[in-house]
Amino acid sequence: MAQAEGRMLPEVTPDSRAFWTGGFDGELRINRCQACRQWIHPPVGACWKCRSRDVAPEVASGRGTIAAYTINQHPWFPAFPPPYVVALVELEEQPGLRLTTCLVDVDIDAVEVGMAVEVVFDVQDDVALPLFRAVAA
Amino acid sequence: MTFVENRAVISGVGQSQIGRRIGRTGIDLALEAAERAVAHAGLSFDDIDGVASYPGPVAAEAGFVGAATHDVRDAFGLRTTWHVSGVETSGQIGTLLDAAAAVASGRATHVLCFRSVWEATAQAAGRAAALTSKMSRASGHSEFRMPFGAASPANWIAMYAQRYMHEFGLTREQIGKLVINSRTNAALNPNAIYRDPMTMEDYLNARMVSWPFGLFDCDIPADGATAVIVSRREATSGLARPPITIEGAGAALYERHTWDQRTDLTTMASHDVAASMWKTTRFTAADVDFATLYDGFSYLTTQWIEALGFAEHGKVGQFLDDEDNYRLDGRLPINPHGGQLSAGRLHGYGFLHEACVQLWREAGERQIAKDVELAAVGVGGGPEAGCMLLHLTD
Ligand SMILES: [Zn+2]
Repeated sequence: MAQAEGRMLPEVTPDSRAFWTGGFDGELRINRCQACRQWIHPPVGACWKCRSRDVAPEVASGRGTIAAYTINQHPWFPAFPPPYVVALVELEEQPGLRLTTCLVDVDIDAVEVGMAVEVVFDVQDDVALPLFRAVAA
Repeated sequence: MTFVENRAVISGVGQSQIGRRIGRTGIDLALEAAERAVAHAGLSFDDIDGVASYPGPVAAEAGFVGAATHDVRDAFGLRTTWHVSGVETSGQIGTLLDAAAAVASGRATHVLCFRSVWEATAQAAGRAAALTSKMSRASGHSEFRMPFGAASPANWIAMYAQRYMHEFGLTREQIGKLVINSRTNAALNPNAIYRDPMTMEDYLNARMVSWPFGLFDCDIPADGATAVIVSRREATSGLARPPITIEGAGAALYERHTWDQRTDLTTMASHDVAASMWKTTRFTAADVDFATLYDGFSYLTTQWIEALGFAEHGKVGQFLDDEDNYRLDGRLPINPHGGQLSAGRLHGYGFLHEACVQLWREAGERQIAKDVELAAVGVGGGPEAGCMLLHLTD
């Protein structure tokens, strides 16, 4: 996935380490409440739904649909040239559980809300970024 | 129920010079706005016993923070009993609502509230350095967006706009009508930055930033400061002009502070604050004479129109189709000064300033012709918002 060169990489924290490194094992790891089973992203130290402090990363399917997207045309990062598609991907695990991410290997004109996508990981240094591509029909 | 028992009023407002890259510091601009607001109220700096600002001395991009409350207090030798600043508040006017509570509860009598920015000058000076500096890692609130190229609010808000357009059929042309209306109003505002007429063709053909947002959907970095004096009602007899009552206010935030997890992507925190504001007043949306609604990005104004109840949810496109709804001589004039899209990013406080100036009938050529006594002010976007209902009776 050469598209990722020039991205600004994330500062990995204890809370986010599972998310940023699960891809080295081919896994999309998302925090989940162990009490009420709510998935939670971005990761925080409690469950906003039931307020349990017992949250831990679990493996999500990596499948979802596009909830919203934008075609970025502005060169925010000189080494990461536009156009590229930024999307909110809603994971199939739970309504409203979304990742802000990039779509790769897609026909920009064909992107639409509701389109099925799946995770692919892009390894950069010590992190594996979860990007998404269209699921073949 | 009323907001702080109607004990808090606005007694004066002032703005500094406003422009692009005018080369003055944020403190200099803040002091100028403060002088004008204190004089406008008919007060002296000896009367000022509270200071409030957004956001205060926080780490931020260059020019975003013009001055801290201490800077202004020090410069004028103010003897104050109450102070606050903060970025963790309800939109950019959140600390002003705290000031209203402070005067209502007796902790201060006249609070100088201000917002100063010098982003235009700072960005011009920093651009060369930024391009050559090594990129650091994204942390804090940007950890989960920057790595995916979602670098700007333009990207984050564009996604909300796209989803709304998908759900309800809102078009770029309909949003463009609002943008053009602001530019038309700005032509009558001598302090606006962009005053040349704009056509729909100009709007649609502008360079695309992040679809559906083109260049004219994004506000303009500016240099300028705005100051507002919030006073206890009992302390305003004999002052320069009749006080404007802070009739209602909304500061409620009900969902996570994120740009991508809101339950309903076709609403924003503006809906939370607007709903809570209407609980603080006997007035309804139908009573409002005009509105000044945040437009850091054009789409945010459409959200405020719906959140405040001027259009039904999902129907702002139809509202925008009928220009008589929102033009300067229409039923509900919106952003008579040109908003941030044409008058410059004074970061929220510009909307408050315009609402007061219109209520006092001091807006010059752009003065709304009909009688106006009730104004709605909505500030912020995404997970951050605050709103007020301002009432002037002679
Ligand atoms: Zn839970």
